[in-house]
Amino acid sequence: MQNYPEALITIGILAVITLLIRALPFILFKGSKPVPRFVSYLGKVLPYALIAMLVVYCLKDVSFTNGGTYGIPETIAIIVVALLHKLKHNMLLSIGAGTVLYMLLVQLVF
Amino acid sequence: MDGTKKAIKAAFPLTIPVLIGYLFLGFGFGVLLTKAGYSFVLAPISAMTVYSGSLQYVEVELFKSGFSVFSAIVMTVAVNIRHLFYGLSLVEKYKGLGKYKFYCIFGLTDETFSLAVSQDPPKDVDKGKFYFFITLFDQFYWICGCTLGAVFGQLVPFNPKGIEFVMTALFVVIFVEQWESAKTREPAMIGLLCSAVPLIIFKIFMPGLTSYFLIIAMVLIFFALMFRRNSLTRRLDN
Repeated sequence: MQNYPEALITIGILAVITLLIRALPFILFKGSKPVPRFVSYLGKVLPYALIAMLVVYCLKDVSFTNGGTYGIPETIAIIVVALLHKLKHNMLLSIGAGTVLYMLLVQLVF
Repeated sequence: MDGTKKAIKAAFPLTIPVLIGYLFLGFGFGVLLTKAGYSFVLAPISAMTVYSGSLQYVEVELFKSGFSVFSAIVMTVAVNIRHLFYGLSLVEKYKGLGKYKFYCIFGLTDETFSLAVSQDPPKDVDKGKFYFFITLFDQFYWICGCTLGAVFGQLVPFNPKGIEFVMTALFVVIFVEQWESAKTREPAMIGLLCSAVPLIIFKIFMPGLTSYFLIIAMVLIFFALMFRRNSLTRRLDN
């Protein structure tokens, strides 16, 4: 648990690094220099790979030991979110319903 | 009508979908923050400075796990590196924004990016002001959402267990959208495999260090994508 000065430093780090990431392309490709081919290739494919990585990241605390839930509530909720979104394409509905379902599962069922 | 009013009139209607999304997602962050035991004041501070949805969820995780400059830097890079490619796609378009450029780059979130690439200012509207107000409206919604959620979380007693799933759900939704629109699903599969395998290995052999599996995952993803470059480029260009 971080205290308030630590939390504020953390916020500062997050803010500065995020700004650097967002600004870097504009700094690197100032003027009319063309973007290198491998960079524009990565620009096309990385967003897909990284979103998949973030989904996996969210599951990093799933517990498989005694007392854990073996990822069952996560699996159920993720399937519901994905199906709802495929059917309705309504971001708020998919996220809202999925989150409420997950909260009910971990609070009442598991 | 002066230029600023025209720019606001052109920009505001475009941001309404973001209004709804940001109030909701910001609310989730605010609740998580105060339920972790922090004052609601940190919500507007984060929303004004960090201004990154997914990263602010991770921020609460960082608060809970103790102070570490290294984890803060690694997590920011892992979560937000995709923004590098937003910038790359906008280098041309954001030329000539003048004094508004810095703020437009600072506020380049997923949602603002999706508006910036898809929308162009009407002929009689100043380009700089147009993108400035889109960015400004979006951040305003985000600050409101975060603060409302934080105040709510501090005042209303309820069990927040599981609310962090809002972040997972957000990423799953983006994943589904990409899965449906992608010309090839291989990059998404590479991302899944290269992260799931190291995570499982970390969980079995180094359970205390799970957070760092992301570094390995990013390196693997980079090499896998570079290795498959020729084949993937061909499929993307078709």
